[in-house]
Amino acid sequence: MEARRLDFYWLALIVGTAVTWALGESGAAGPAAVLGILSIAAVKGIWIAREFMGLRRIKVLWPGLVIGWLLAVLALIALAYMKGST
Amino acid sequence: MSAAELQLSEKNPAARPGFVSPHPASLYPPGDLAIWVFILAELLAFGIFFAAYAITRMHNVALFDEMQLTLDRRAGAINTVLLITASWCVARAVAAIKRDRTVASQRWLLWGMIAAVGFVVVKLFEYKAKLSLGINLATNTFYMFYLSLTFFHFMHVLLGLAILGAVWLKTRQGGYSAADHHGMETGASYWHMVDLVWIVLFPLVYVMR
Repeated sequence: MEARRLDFYWLALIVGTAVTWALGESGAAGPAAVLGILSIAAVKGIWIAREFMGLRRIKVLWPGLVIGWLLAVLALIALAYMKGST
Repeated sequence: MSAAELQLSEKNPAARPGFVSPHPASLYPPGDLAIWVFILAELLAFGIFFAAYAITRMHNVALFDEMQLTLDRRAGAINTVLLITASWCVARAVAAIKRDRTVASQRWLLWGMIAAVGFVVVKLFEYKAKLSLGINLATNTFYMFYLSLTFFHFMHVLLGLAILGAVWLKTRQGGYSAADHHGMETGASYWHMVDLVWIVLFPLVYVMR
């Protein structure tokens, strides 16, 4: 059922946010922390695009553009942070 | 049909010859195609902003890490929860109107707007705290990015809120139904974009170091 599915992803997104916040509070820093935090952001973003925006039911072009944007931006951020930490 | 094909079709109905999915994949995203072109333009603008932040930080790591500690990370996390919740409520409103449940759809939109207003209130408190300390765009490079990036996003939240308000009013007037909810999907798509952008902004500005 669509409603239950949306509820599940809302809860999962809240858990993902709590983990990100907890990592920040714990003082996690450096390449491993950055990759972990960006991976959570990637999963959260994909869930929002697919489930909330409804792109799950759309053929490849539009999901590809939105999720492609997300992954490209996160990859660029990861590269800049890795370079900044060396 | 061979025994192997028969076994496969029992497990996966889509494998049966002549199977027609009750939810066929569409070529076009929900809502007006024009809003999606606008969404892509907005994503591109935010993407450039994020890249500029990350690259500038690369050359100013000590300053960015020190200044990040002066931000209210808890307020950032609360705002993330509020935006995700608003997005969920809007998605539930669309799901409800698809079943012709107008009253439920209207109620979900109202909850979505309440969560969005919550975001605005938290953000205004955050800005007030910074401005009362004399922090502005000229304070340093980190705060130039923090204020301009978050304010750019804040303006999108206000526009999204206005769109949700218009959609809510039309829903109250019975303007949407299971057969015709194109306008609601258009407004919802814009709102989800605002949420998606914050999903990158929060860890980038408030958390990662």
